[in-house]
Amino acid sequence: MEKIFQKLALSSASLVFVLLVGIFITLYTAAKPAIDEFGFNFIINPNWNKEVPVVTTPVATVTSSAKVSDDAIIADEDNEDDDMMLDDEDETSTKTIYGGLVPIVGTLLTTLIALVFSLPIAMGIAVFLAEIAPKNISNIVGIAIELLAAIPSIIFGMWGLYYFAPIIADMFGGYQVSLLTAGLVLGVMILPFMAAITRDSMNTTPAVLKESAYALGATKFEVIKDIIFPYSKTGIIGSIILALGRALGETMAVAFLIGSIFVLPEKITDPTISIPVAMANNFGEASGLGESALFYLALILFIISFAVISIAKFYFLKKAK
Amino acid sequence: MRLLVNKIFLALSVLSALIGLAFLAWILTTLFIKGLGSFHFALFLNDLIDGGLRNLIIGQMILAGLASIIGIPLGMAAGIYIQEYGRGRYAEVIRDLSDIMMSAPSIVIGAFVYAVVVVPTGGTSGFAGAIALAIMMIPVVINTTDNMLSLVPRELREAGIALGASKYKVIIDIVIKAAKVGIMTGVLLAFARIIGETAPLLFTSETSNYFSLDLTESFPSLTVSIYDLANEPEESSRDLAWAASFILTVLVLVINLIGRFITRNKD
Repeated sequence: MEKIFQKLALSSASLVFVLLVGIFITLYTAAKPAIDEFGFNFIINPNWNKEVPVVTTPVATVTSSAKVSDDAIIADEDNEDDDMMLDDEDETSTKTIYGGLVPIVGTLLTTLIALVFSLPIAMGIAVFLAEIAPKNISNIVGIAIELLAAIPSIIFGMWGLYYFAPIIADMFGGYQVSLLTAGLVLGVMILPFMAAITRDSMNTTPAVLKESAYALGATKFEVIKDIIFPYSKTGIIGSIILALGRALGETMAVAFLIGSIFVLPEKITDPTISIPVAMANNFGEASGLGESALFYLALILFIISFAVISIAKFYFLKKAK
Repeated sequence: MRLLVNKIFLALSVLSALIGLAFLAWILTTLFIKGLGSFHFALFLNDLIDGGLRNLIIGQMILAGLASIIGIPLGMAAGIYIQEYGRGRYAEVIRDLSDIMMSAPSIVIGAFVYAVVVVPTGGTSGFAGAIALAIMMIPVVINTTDNMLSLVPRELREAGIALGASKYKVIIDIVIKAAKVGIMTGVLLAFARIIGETAPLLFTSETSNYFSLDLTESFPSLTVSIYDLANEPEESSRDLAWAASFILTVLVLVINLIGRFITRNKD
């Protein structure tokens, strides 16, 4: 009995390892056709689901495919070319190419906007909760902030699209669905998470240090700037990176707002697409190489967020302990 | 000057807190006004095909419930291993990997389950959806179990062993009992988290307009249907999406508050 129980516990624990390795291998296997077809150029190719003519001279495939993608970039400037090219299909044989640049850029930019917007506010909230508010107010506001974190992301998306985005679009011009509105709603979403873990980091500062500084006549601002921030710096940076990891993989809040088109944005108020949204909206219809390309995107997202979270956990948060 | 800087800084900090609260209030009021405006009790009696939400609410509960049945025992067992049996490097690695998995993008987990369950079984199904949610839940339960068991004093375990109890008896009858409230709270919060998930269900369970208890077919999901309804042009679909969002949010927040209330009473 003892042995069985221990074996069960051990195999459940090993399941975590198996799952993570399984996810990686599965994504890689499913992405393999796209990886073989497009290689690392996938990352810098801005064309998604585009018909390009195949040059039939088999000798010069490598050089010609480079030329083709250059042509394709020029053609992409006017997006209606897509339909015209489809009509011309019967003239020469064509193949469909997939490139991941647009969703990759979209993911990074929305995350960046979210971070720029939420960072100062989250720091302010954390300081308020940890240092300024009296205990009971801090508790109540703390619970409210944690409730904000508990609201399902799809609710943020709907609210963002119908109530938040129109106001932002009025203020900054441009479209209601855009990098900017998606990034800001994402920012509102990671705000409570970032504030809560930053507060926890700040709370690790020993009271003796703070009291000594106050005894020397320091103001609250000076105590926070010169005692708490230096003491909990690594923990705070770790918290920020962890929130960044959350933002990178967020699907639903962004799906409502980013516009979901495979076009590189020229301005911050232009619509585009992110990796999770590309998957959410195209997985159903995709098959063959298109599906494989989506798995390629999933693999890239998984690796990026794995790296980001590992850095936060192992470098900053371990050190903070 | 120092005092002025101090005042400005404090004011900015209070302002940040107010901004955070304002967003919460804004979202909740929107939900109440839009949600209650389209809310009526017939929603609980009809299925989506007849303009109600009954099948979706029941479906989402079943998906999250089944995920809990799979995820809670596995997560608890893994947490017990890390805290009670694990010696040295391996337990440490599992703990770190579980932490990473907790923050893995949910859509990627959906894609994984699509590749290993949906494709081989030939289509979307309630089982696939529940498995995706269970994978989301396991690391959260591991984390809670691990933390709560670490709070149980060593002396309790030693007392049990001194009385001649075997190790698993000590774990089940003493350690788990002592950490029961904490683990229950954590599990409750994990449940609240997965019941509001959409992304892992999009291409695993999908959703259905009809009432269904057949887990081998596409399964009704409240969150996936909210996404579909919200994107439809008709006003009536969007109103239904708001009513559904209102019900979902109330459910999630109530579970959260219950969880927090339990821990508070314990302290």
